[in-house]
Amino acid sequence: MAQVQKNFGSHKALKGVDLEVREGEFFTLLGPSGCGKTTLLRIIAGLELPDSGHVFLGGRDITRLPAAKRQVNTVFQSYALFPHLNTFENVAFGLKARQTENSEVRRRVGEKLEMMSLGGLERRYPHQLSGGQKQRVALARALVNEPDILLLDEPMSALDAHLRAQVQEELRRLQRELKQTFILVTHDQDEAMVVSDRLAVMRDGLVEQVGEPREVYSKPRNQFVAEFLGAANIIAARRDGGRVMTSLGSFDLSAAPQWDEGRLAIRPERILLGQAPAGDPNWIQAKVSEAIYRGQSLDVWLAPAQGPADDYRLRVRTQSKEPLRPGDQVSLFFPPEDLVALDHA
Amino acid sequence: MNAKRPIVAAIAIGSLIFLYVPSLAVAVFSVNNARYGLTWKGFTWKWHQQLFQNEAILEAALNSLLVAGVSTAIATILGTALALGLDRFPWPRRLSTAMDLLVHLPVVTPDIILAAALVLSFNFLRGFSEIFDLGMGTLILGHITFQISFVTLVVRSRLAALGRDIDEAARDLYATGPYLFFRITLPLLMPGILAGAMLAFTLSLDDFIISFFAHGPDSVTLPIYIYSSIRRGISPEIHALSTLVLMATVILVLIAERFSRFRAAV
Repeated sequence: MAQVQKNFGSHKALKGVDLEVREGEFFTLLGPSGCGKTTLLRIIAGLELPDSGHVFLGGRDITRLPAAKRQVNTVFQSYALFPHLNTFENVAFGLKARQTENSEVRRRVGEKLEMMSLGGLERRYPHQLSGGQKQRVALARALVNEPDILLLDEPMSALDAHLRAQVQEELRRLQRELKQTFILVTHDQDEAMVVSDRLAVMRDGLVEQVGEPREVYSKPRNQFVAEFLGAANIIAARRDGGRVMTSLGSFDLSAAPQWDEGRLAIRPERILLGQAPAGDPNWIQAKVSEAIYRGQSLDVWLAPAQGPADDYRLRVRTQSKEPLRPGDQVSLFFPPEDLVALDHA
Repeated sequence: MNAKRPIVAAIAIGSLIFLYVPSLAVAVFSVNNARYGLTWKGFTWKWHQQLFQNEAILEAALNSLLVAGVSTAIATILGTALALGLDRFPWPRRLSTAMDLLVHLPVVTPDIILAAALVLSFNFLRGFSEIFDLGMGTLILGHITFQISFVTLVVRSRLAALGRDIDEAARDLYATGPYLFFRITLPLLMPGILAGAMLAFTLSLDDFIISFFAHGPDSVTLPIYIYSSIRRGISPEIHALSTLVLMATVILVLIAERFSRFRAAV
């Protein structure tokens, strides 16, 4: 099992990060720009030295090992292809640097070019390739060395939205086939969801939460994570015996909060629209302020049944085919397992 | 705005004429069949032919090329190494700013100051070794001192344009030492190095002030020869010589231009 752990002391980019990435998993470092995710990646690559702390690869301390001696390869955001070398020479670069035998180089490079559907482009130079092709060359150039870890630094940011979705799926499939450890850095939460086995949400040089995408999405630890991974309703609440009181009404939670006063989060698509008698647990009455048709779903902004329409805005995403108009009265159900009590941080 | 355009165009053309009339005049008089005077007496190659029979001129030309060649070669290597050192080594910020200034300074220092400093240094060093007697050696040393800065500045701008990604990608792909240098760093820097060398070569070829102070009797270069001839009176041979030097410069510039365009495509 390959274990990567990092501890950094007073570094302004990373304020003490502990992480463990498992062998063969697709791990994502997710966070807004400036959160330290790229710095962390560069430390794993060996392109940056941590001020303190250690990096382990398969139990071995590689903190001070230079990049050239690490069995770790990177796909750079800019791809950083060698402009004076053609596709074949670019991909062969790492093998040649390690004095691999020529026939072996030809075989392995050919294999990877085939895998990345780059056959026939061997003699092309980087400036003669499209953005997607350059990216595949960058991937082939890293993968041909069979690294213990493949690092991907926002490799999709230069591609248009359509191509990006396609590449995300390809990347996922590729990782499953190769069973190699991939670590991706991105600020795009959809991308992180699509590709990752597990992900770490980072903010201000700290890891906020680590887990499987499903887990982090549905059980965010705090408000930052809840809001960074898609839309969330954040509701101020107070604990009252076994229940939680809010300005909307009182709710039961599957996991009781640790605080007396704090916040709850619930995803817009987890709130259910229905008809139920008022007063039942976790049902509340609300009135529609606005309804936005989004094709695959309907986004409804709601205000409490009593009080002004702009008093509180609750967002509900529903598949309901019934048209909803501003002013309509609706009943909402908050499933106890989908209401999450957030930590204060 | 449109109404002003003819004026702008006229000024531009006027400036170009102003720039080139003296050189063209020299070129015209170099093929004028008259030893004295400014009247046209018919076409001749005579002055050009005499030029190639004048041993003093040939020797000066040879000296110029030798000095330019040797000093450029040395300055290019040193200047490139300096650029790499300034760019790649993690200097503390303040020191790095100071060193930048030190590199820029020789470019803006008046030549005459540098020349005086060289004379002083050579006088002092002559006390230790006769290598520093004025001659070919001091001339080459003098040229190297001002060429290094130019080479360094040109190479550094190329380094800055390349960015660090490529270098990091190479190290990430196990490249170190000579492999990294000869396979990645050097080929990518080559356009900058050649441009710097070309600049250094031209500067050396037409340098007068520093050469004047640093040369000895055995190391008269073309600019010094032309200067001393003019003091004796302007002759058509000097016109012919000036024309040839001008042509050589134009050809060098065209080659440099052509080369940088070719590299830009890659």
